[in-house]
Amino acid sequence: MEQQTIDRSAAAEFAADPKDSRKPDYLVLKDIVKDFVDGSGGIVRAVNSVSLSVSKGEFVTLLGPSGCGKTTTLRMIAGFESPNGGTIHLDGKDITQVPPFQRNMPMVFQSYALFPHLTIFDNIAYGLKLRGVSREEMRHDVAVASQMVNLVGLEKRYPGELSGGQQQRVALARALVLKPDIILFDEPLSNLDAKLRIQTRTEIKRVQQLLGITALYVTHDQSEALSLSDQIVIMNKGEIVQQGPPEEIYNEPKTPFVSDFIGNANFLDGEVVDVQNDKVTISVDRAKFVLPASRCPRDIASGEAVLLSVKPEAIRVTGSAGAGAELTGKIDVSAFVGPITEYKIVFGDGIITALQPNRPGKTHVHRSGEEVALEFEMESLRAYRA
Amino acid sequence: MSSQAIARARRRADFAQVLREPVVVITILAIFAMLALFIIYPIYAVFRLSLTQDGGFSTAVYQDLFSRVRYVRSITNSILLGTVVATLATIVGFVFAFAIYRGGIRFRGFFQTMAILPIISPPFMFALSVILLFGRNGLITARLLGLDTSGIYGLPGLVLVQTINLFPIAYLTLSGILQGIDPDVETCAMNLGASRFTVFRTITLPLAKPGILAAWLVVFVSSMTDFGNPIMIGGSFDVLSVQAYLEFTGMGNLPRGAALAVLLLIPTVMVYFLQKYIMGRGSYATITGKSSKRGKPNSSPALRALLTVFCLGITVIVVLFYGTIIVGSFVRLWGVDWSFTLRHFNYSWDVGLSTLRNTIFLALIATPITALMGTAIAFLVMRKRFPGRNAMSLLAMLSYAIPGTAIGIGYVLAFNVAPFRWSGTAFILVTAYVFRHVPIAVESGIAALKQISPEIEESSTNLGASSARTFQNVTLPLIKPAFFAGATFSFVRSMTAISAIIFLVSARWNHVTVLILAQTEIMRLGVASVMSFILILIIMAVIGIMMKLTGLKRDQVFSSGQ
Repeated sequence: MEQQTIDRSAAAEFAADPKDSRKPDYLVLKDIVKDFVDGSGGIVRAVNSVSLSVSKGEFVTLLGPSGCGKTTTLRMIAGFESPNGGTIHLDGKDITQVPPFQRNMPMVFQSYALFPHLTIFDNIAYGLKLRGVSREEMRHDVAVASQMVNLVGLEKRYPGELSGGQQQRVALARALVLKPDIILFDEPLSNLDAKLRIQTRTEIKRVQQLLGITALYVTHDQSEALSLSDQIVIMNKGEIVQQGPPEEIYNEPKTPFVSDFIGNANFLDGEVVDVQNDKVTISVDRAKFVLPASRCPRDIASGEAVLLSVKPEAIRVTGSAGAGAELTGKIDVSAFVGPITEYKIVFGDGIITALQPNRPGKTHVHRSGEEVALEFEMESLRAYRA
Repeated sequence: MSSQAIARARRRADFAQVLREPVVVITILAIFAMLALFIIYPIYAVFRLSLTQDGGFSTAVYQDLFSRVRYVRSITNSILLGTVVATLATIVGFVFAFAIYRGGIRFRGFFQTMAILPIISPPFMFALSVILLFGRNGLITARLLGLDTSGIYGLPGLVLVQTINLFPIAYLTLSGILQGIDPDVETCAMNLGASRFTVFRTITLPLAKPGILAAWLVVFVSSMTDFGNPIMIGGSFDVLSVQAYLEFTGMGNLPRGAALAVLLLIPTVMVYFLQKYIMGRGSYATITGKSSKRGKPNSSPALRALLTVFCLGITVIVVLFYGTIIVGSFVRLWGVDWSFTLRHFNYSWDVGLSTLRNTIFLALIATPITALMGTAIAFLVMRKRFPGRNAMSLLAMLSYAIPGTAIGIGYVLAFNVAPFRWSGTAFILVTAYVFRHVPIAVESGIAALKQISPEIEESSTNLGASSARTFQNVTLPLIKPAFFAGATFSFVRSMTAISAIIFLVSARWNHVTVLILAQTEIMRLGVASVMSFILILIIMAVIGIMMKLTGLKRDQVFSSGQ
């Protein structure tokens, strides 16, 4: 059983006023641009014309590979960087030029950034002290926040004496104790081990839902983004490439980049051989696939080259390659990883990845070098212009 | 937009952030004003005087200087001395560092202490020891060898004294470099088939090369700017720092003194920044991954024995120098009457007590100011973006490179006249201490800030603290060890200062080092020994107390003494 570490009764005290939840346009970024000058005097456009609207109480994730501008965007929202162009509004007020210490948007840092010379109590109380909160109120609020993230009993210790997971929770409590309307996360889980990462992920989601806080979360881990968010904003090279709810992003990636980044898709070179009504026929090697036009680029014509994407979990490896199998491949590497087996398969000119679920007693694990027949789930195929 | 336009826009935006915090703006302006008044203006005054004749611009002073053998020789002498001492001290420092961090010698803790001990000595103390040991009535020359010679005065004595005095600087630089080289790299080379000597020649030495060069340059500067040793045992071997002092104070030829100070200043400032550049560019020592950090000593038993003998030899000299001072304090008349006496202590008590009290008092006032100002500069330079940021760090470090002689002359020229008229005051001495030693605090502050993730301070800002509050609540507590290490060394330097101070002391506010020099000149060597001995005891006590109170380790304290 997973241990539940969020104290619900404590959380109730800090909960936001539910009446204006889901108020639209709570945090609005408009045409944000950020340029840096690199070491050799060249210009790097870190963030290019990013516009974004977050509703109150929403959990929004900025997702993208490193260097895509997601952290820079978050740091501009927190006020650590000034945009070269565009505006940031919070609850209708323009905060673009407000200094960081007047923004009241507590942030959970990747390194946690706990104050090593202060006790856990003083770390959590730090923001309250600056706000001139009375002693009793401070003690009460710190107690509630510690209880909420299950830190009771550790108040007198120093950050260096805590485990990574506990330090993470102190960072969270330090932000939550200010009863913020919005909270910023900068890859807060990347320093935790895999198991703790999943557990803490659940806790963050639970707290955010219980308190009704607006959350802006930066990560490069697609499973984190998918599991936490109400909205995912995918960024690449400083621009937003797609945004929407997790299921939409996952099932209907608009570009090969999103398809690759969020689903680790395989890409096959194909050619359109026939377009009829709303059916598009694409040939890959000897095989032919018929896709609904909705999953193909608009106005695609016969003879055009396309990229056909297929998710690893949508490829079935169906035993030995007998006669009549339409698609065949040869196992290059076979890796058994518990619940699934990951195959790298030589297919056509390239290598594709396929993930097969393992069921005890029912699964045959293919060995390297075996010829296998392949079946693609037609629903998961999408075509993009090459 | 062009990249310049973007860089400008960024600077504007950063500056706009700074402008929103009046405390930061005022601090920046105040620091600039003080650096301008107490570093730039005095140096300007030195240049101006050296380039003026009959009220107009003229290079006549320099032309006159270069036409006289005496002054030209003092230039070549200074360079010769610096070159010889820098080479010897770097070799000694490197052997010590290698023996301790790579050679696997025994009694490492003891040798570490011996290698840094000379750094806290007053700058002329070893010269006094050498006079006692090798002078006309020297224990070794006259008593043991029966020689009647003053041959130690001049280049040989200076080389001996400065090498022992300055090799710790090379040692500290090089031990840092050697510790930064991942032992795994050397182990790996050996694993690939390299012999011990090949590893040393192809791995260790190339990696340490920038450090060796930097160490050489720092020692060169220190040797050139040294005043205490050459004035005591320079004899007829004229060097620039002493010549400048003698012309300025003794002969009253102020323009010539100023010109000599300028000639001393130019090479030292150039070499200092060359060294900064080399250290900033050329250290590959730190770019390593996770290391086992447990290097096998790269030495054979024979080499270890050789290294031990070498280190022991240097240690014997250091101990001998200190021991001579202690013995000299209790001997009635060195070289003539060896009977035990306390009369030098009595005499010192009568003559020197008030001076000693004043010296400590002024150093105690200067120390916290120096440490706080240095830390504030380090914080601004490392964590704030404002126009003139580079200029501020350059200016703050500049006073490190400026010879004390030039500062002393500059302070006299700039502040003994209206509207200041600060000559003879305690204020001028404290100011000289603060601005001479602020680079120590800046350096240790910068080193400490490099170890602290900026995210910790950002997190304080993010939770609602202004820059001033963040500095006070987070930065200062976190760099406390560096703050106290910097403070300790500023104090030590203030207590042992002489080259600038000698121009600024007065009957009311004398300095104990100046008093020791005066006692040596009238051959009251016993009294000079007693005063040096007491000075050393005070310095050791202060360092000991500071280490006890702050939990600092020896290396942390002494690394700011470079």
